[in-house]
Amino acid sequence: MTVALTGRGLACERDERELLHGLDLEVVDGTLLRIEGPNGSGKTSLLKLLTGQLAPTAGTLSWHGQPLARARADYRAALLYLGHEPGVTASLTAMENLAWSAALADLRVDAAAIEAALQTVGLYGFEDLPAGQLSAGQRRRIALARLELIPRPLWILDEPFTALDRAGVAWLEQRLLAHRDAGGAVVLTTHHEFAPTACIERLRLGATHAAA
Amino acid sequence: MPLPESTSTAAPSPAPRGLAATCVRQVKRELAIARRRGSEWINPLLFQALVIVLFPLGISPEPALLATLAPGLLWVTALLAVLLSLDALFRSDFDDGSLEQMLLSPQPLPALCLAKTFAHWLLTGVPLSLIAPLLGLLLSLPAAGVATLMAALLLGSATFSLIGAVGAALTVSLPRGGVLLSLLILPFYIPVLIFGAGAVNAAIVGDPVAAPMALLGAMLALAIAGAPFAIAGALRISVDG
Repeated sequence: MTVALTGRGLACERDERELLHGLDLEVVDGTLLRIEGPNGSGKTSLLKLLTGQLAPTAGTLSWHGQPLARARADYRAALLYLGHEPGVTASLTAMENLAWSAALADLRVDAAAIEAALQTVGLYGFEDLPAGQLSAGQRRRIALARLELIPRPLWILDEPFTALDRAGVAWLEQRLLAHRDAGGAVVLTTHHEFAPTACIERLRLGATHAAA
Repeated sequence: MPLPESTSTAAPSPAPRGLAATCVRQVKRELAIARRRGSEWINPLLFQALVIVLFPLGISPEPALLATLAPGLLWVTALLAVLLSLDALFRSDFDDGSLEQMLLSPQPLPALCLAKTFAHWLLTGVPLSLIAPLLGLLLSLPAAGVATLMAALLLGSATFSLIGAVGAALTVSLPRGGVLLSLLILPFYIPVLIFGAGAVNAAIVGDPVAAPMALLGAMLALAIAGAPFAIAGALRISVDG
């Protein structure tokens, strides 16, 4: 098994407001977990907990049975995270952005591999334009090209469908399912509805805070 | 968009590239960003040049007086120029999510921070040191002090970048961190300023400069050893908050 992320009794507070309480979750090979909830229910905070950027106020997170804090290097080498801000630098071209992403991931990739990844996300011909000159959807596609370029078993994605057009949404949905079917794991927050046949796990947050 | 075939997941994993190559890529990235944005590295230079050009107009064009003031003035303006450039060091990376990507990289964060700070020094400290002789000329700086001025500025500005990056990392998540940043790090800049200007003064009057230069070197060595870990820790705190 390559992915084994376990959370027990997780709690999280922000600005003295309790966002999560007593949350258990298990992410293993073949998990596609969708975190749902109204705005402000702590979806992004939960993803930050899971990536180790925030420390839970109570509860434990473990990776292959080891506390996350101790297995940090192994965990980061297995994780691909796309945050709410996708980490695409406006003044760099798509090529430069991805070359840097690959370097951070400790991968040696050549220009052809980056071009192939960009082609897959539909940015062929845009690789040498600064990202700032592209549309929001195209910048999102640069970030999504990391899914193609950097092979990692665990994907944690914060609203990956934002700003994508219809074809992009369909492609990403297929890509997520294909990753799951190939034995990878995906945790994501989204308001996008998957096809009813997709058969995904759901985790509902903040039912008590739901707007009237 | 084509549907996924047997793309990256089935492909053999690319070879690892190693920490040194990653740091080189990080430096290249910073230089590419600076090249596109321009103003970020030109502003500190412009600031220093303007102050130095205006100073004789405001005080007195008398060469003897200006020569006495020159070492201290060049150092103070270099310090302020670095200070001005610091607020932007992590700001755009924090805003566009690049910082999160750095924090979650399997590569050691202190090494990435050191690479980023090195790029900052290349873009501020090195140009400031290179134009210093020219600005010294405007202030009638005696020729005996020029070489020491450049060497001392190269050493001292690297220390400025490293210490300043700690402050920039601590204040990056604050909406108006600029003022706080200046207050935080200014006390740590003062020893560098004293020994830097002291070295130039010593060179002008013909005293040995080895002692103040050695102290500047020692402060830089201390900063290189400690600052990357402090920057990394400060960034984690800032992103956590």
